[in-house]
Amino acid sequence: MREELVEEELFAPGHRACAGCGATLAVRLALKALGKNVIVANATGCVEVISTPYPETAWRVPWIHAAFENAAAVASGVEAALKSLGRRGVKVVAIAGDGGTADIGLQALSGAVERGHDFIYICYDNEAYMNTGIQRSSATPFGAWTTTTPVGRVKRGKDRPKKDVPAIIAAHGAPYVATASVAYPIDLIKKLRKAAATEGPTYIHIHCPCPPGWRFDSDKMIEVARLAVLSGAWILYEIKNGRLNVTIKPPKRRPVSDYLKMQGRFKHLTDAEIAEIQRTVDERCRHLGVG
Amino acid sequence: MKSWRGPPVPVAARPSVGSSGRTSSWRIQKPVVNLKRCTRCRMCWIFCPDVAISFTKRGPAINHDYCKGCGICANECPAKAITMEAL
Amino acid sequence: MVARVMSGNEVVAYGVKLSRAEIVPSYPITPQTTIVEQIAEFIANGEMRAELMRVESEYAAMGACIGASLMGARTFTATSSQGLAFMHELTHWAAGSRLPIVMAVVNRAMAPPWNIWADQQDVLSQRDTGWLSLFCETNQEVLDTCIQAFRISEDREVLLPVMFSLDGFMLSHTSEPVELPKQGDVDGFLPESRRPPLLDVDHPTTLFNVPVPEQYMEFRHWIEKSMDAARRVIPKADREFKRRFGRGYRGMLEPYWLEGAEVALLTAGSVCGTVRDVVESLRKRGEKVGMIKLRSFRPFPSEELRRACEGLRVLGVADRACSFGMGGIIFSDVSAALQPLNVRVLGFIAGLGGRDITHRDIWRMFKRCIRAIEVTPARAIEWFV
Ligand SMILES: Cc1ncc(C[n+]2csc(CCOP(=O)(O)OP(=O)(O)O)c2C)c(N)n1
Ligand code: SF4
Ligand code: SF4
Ligand code: SF4
Ligand SMILES: [Mg+2]
Repeated sequence: MREELVEEELFAPGHRACAGCGATLAVRLALKALGKNVIVANATGCVEVISTPYPETAWRVPWIHAAFENAAAVASGVEAALKSLGRRGVKVVAIAGDGGTADIGLQALSGAVERGHDFIYICYDNEAYMNTGIQRSSATPFGAWTTTTPVGRVKRGKDRPKKDVPAIIAAHGAPYVATASVAYPIDLIKKLRKAAATEGPTYIHIHCPCPPGWRFDSDKMIEVARLAVLSGAWILYEIKNGRLNVTIKPPKRRPVSDYLKMQGRFKHLTDAEIAEIQRTVDERCRHLGVG
Repeated sequence: MKSWRGPPVPVAARPSVGSSGRTSSWRIQKPVVNLKRCTRCRMCWIFCPDVAISFTKRGPAINHDYCKGCGICANECPAKAITMEAL
Repeated sequence: MVARVMSGNEVVAYGVKLSRAEIVPSYPITPQTTIVEQIAEFIANGEMRAELMRVESEYAAMGACIGASLMGARTFTATSSQGLAFMHELTHWAAGSRLPIVMAVVNRAMAPPWNIWADQQDVLSQRDTGWLSLFCETNQEVLDTCIQAFRISEDREVLLPVMFSLDGFMLSHTSEPVELPKQGDVDGFLPESRRPPLLDVDHPTTLFNVPVPEQYMEFRHWIEKSMDAARRVIPKADREFKRRFGRGYRGMLEPYWLEGAEVALLTAGSVCGTVRDVVESLRKRGEKVGMIKLRSFRPFPSEELRRACEGLRVLGVADRACSFGMGGIIFSDVSAALQPLNVRVLGFIAGLGGRDITHRDIWRMFKRCIRAIEVTPARAIEWFV
């Protein structure tokens, strides 16, 4: 067995995530990578709500719910206190969804990274506010239906592109920034281990399909995640001290329509709209050196 | 914490299996493993969001208390060793 | 003990240093800023061992306070007005988390219109968050309250955050002689914080998770019970402080010249000094007047207030803030507390946005109260515009 595939489960079964939840798998894999010596500050959102019905918890590591916009700020306070109290060997981890990261928590994240705290920030990106019922976030991709970007006679889903948070964090000069996908667990675990071994602020952005929110059957969760990577709609890379390296290069890219057509949130898209999305994907792939 | 007696903070001191009860009660189908076909590649195990597969020498064992029947394991098994069956 | 002439903000910084705060996340805002600047100086000169976190907003300041306090560190921050309002979600969070964070609030008006001057709207708008809220009259009281605040907050019976107020500019930037206690004496009064961390990798626990309605209310009720405990702990800390340092503030409220008084004026903060002067001159003219200085706004000293008001006919309340559509914020609480007594309560709203509350204003307030002994006034609430 590959050494990345640790047996120990630090996220317990019996939580109340939907069947086939990508975000939950991301958390499970992340804890496998990081091990026991972590303190987690978790923003409001699906992961928080599905794992901590009082007085139970699925977390086998110390964990605190930190309000929606606040994971990075609370994590920075914990980290400062650990330092001040002279405790070593414990890594602070902030976890938030795309809303808690790209929107309401972006300022706190930016501040904590700029201050150089020694912590890992994990964004589990299910591309909308799922906990409140599938509203658009700035990380929702172009064209996607959500309850606040509905498809009607004059509006056709989200009319703005996905915000590129990893690039924003890389621009802060963070020593390690990476994207990951639940469909590539070894890649994901390796990246989290690298983040853990790096001193200073590190950022991992994990693409996490959400069956009810993206409108597909739960058994296809990994398939959808994989197709995002194989089509180039989601690119797996790491930026180490400013140098970008694509970690998974699809041998021959699949058309983005293969990815889009699996999901009900894109089912209204016309061929012309899909062609437009394909163009932006191609451009981005060229830019990042993916075939 | 024990030495620190004070008013209670909202603490759950119990990391627990089944924090939301027997979540398998939600499912409408369940995975069945054909160990003869299984190559022990562990794909099913690594992809289960519900931590409902453990690995024994013989292959994967499904935890039928917490498996929600999502079907990911069956879909991802390269050997087609898992089928989803009605309850 | 040494006496030095210092501004209120300098005094706060000394209080925080003497209290040995370990983590100080903060964000600049007038008129608070010079507190953290002074703390930065202390740290830069090696006079204080603390981590000053220069966070990117007040919201993050309170977020970082929560994180640090969870780990058992003694934690302090300071803010004013817009900054305090920006923190509001997390002031609730800090109290609900039962974290002994101490915060200095340098009182300033809320905008618009933009105004940086003294006004207690900022702190009184935090009324229902579960923080203890104390007011100071002088810079000496600022120092002493700062040190007491840590002790009260960390008391096992209380374990709630404490904010203490000093009026912007009137105290924060006004210099007065202040006696600084010796570090060793403060250490005797306020021993090192020994709270173990709530987050510990050897004992993994989950904090602030999701209770159902049948569980939620107990936690809120515990906050109220701890507020009740604070009614004992605040006077006790003050008595103990007096025993060690020779200065005390009568616990939660100070009755001033209430012997034989028929009329009194209740207020909080720096204006108490002016009221004392007016009481003295009115007494000289034979008027039976006195003052009640409110030191603790939360918990509200209802019982103590009733005791103090037993002989009164009329009590005026001067508020430097307003709950629009109702009247003075402190006035409302006083009216509710005095409901069992036969005392008429009159509300005066004055001094908003740094406007002076003059001796003449106070004089007029007393006149209104004296007249109200005989004649029911047309309005219970009056704006001193
Ligand atoms: C200050 C504040 N505003 C709004 C909310 C309501 N709210 C809770 S979770 C959530 C969406 C979370 O979205 P995301 O971060 O993407 O996580 P997800 O639910 O998708 O896992 C919202 C809007 C809140 N809890 N706090
Ligand atoms: S809504 Fe989506 S992200 Fe939330 S628990 Fe369900 S599957 Fe997971
Ligand atoms: S994925 Fe299929 S072949 Fe691999 S271990 Fe599981 S059952 Fe066996
Ligand atoms: S069906 Fe889903 S929950 Fe059940 S074992 Fe397979 S992957 Fe896990
Ligand atoms: Mg989301």
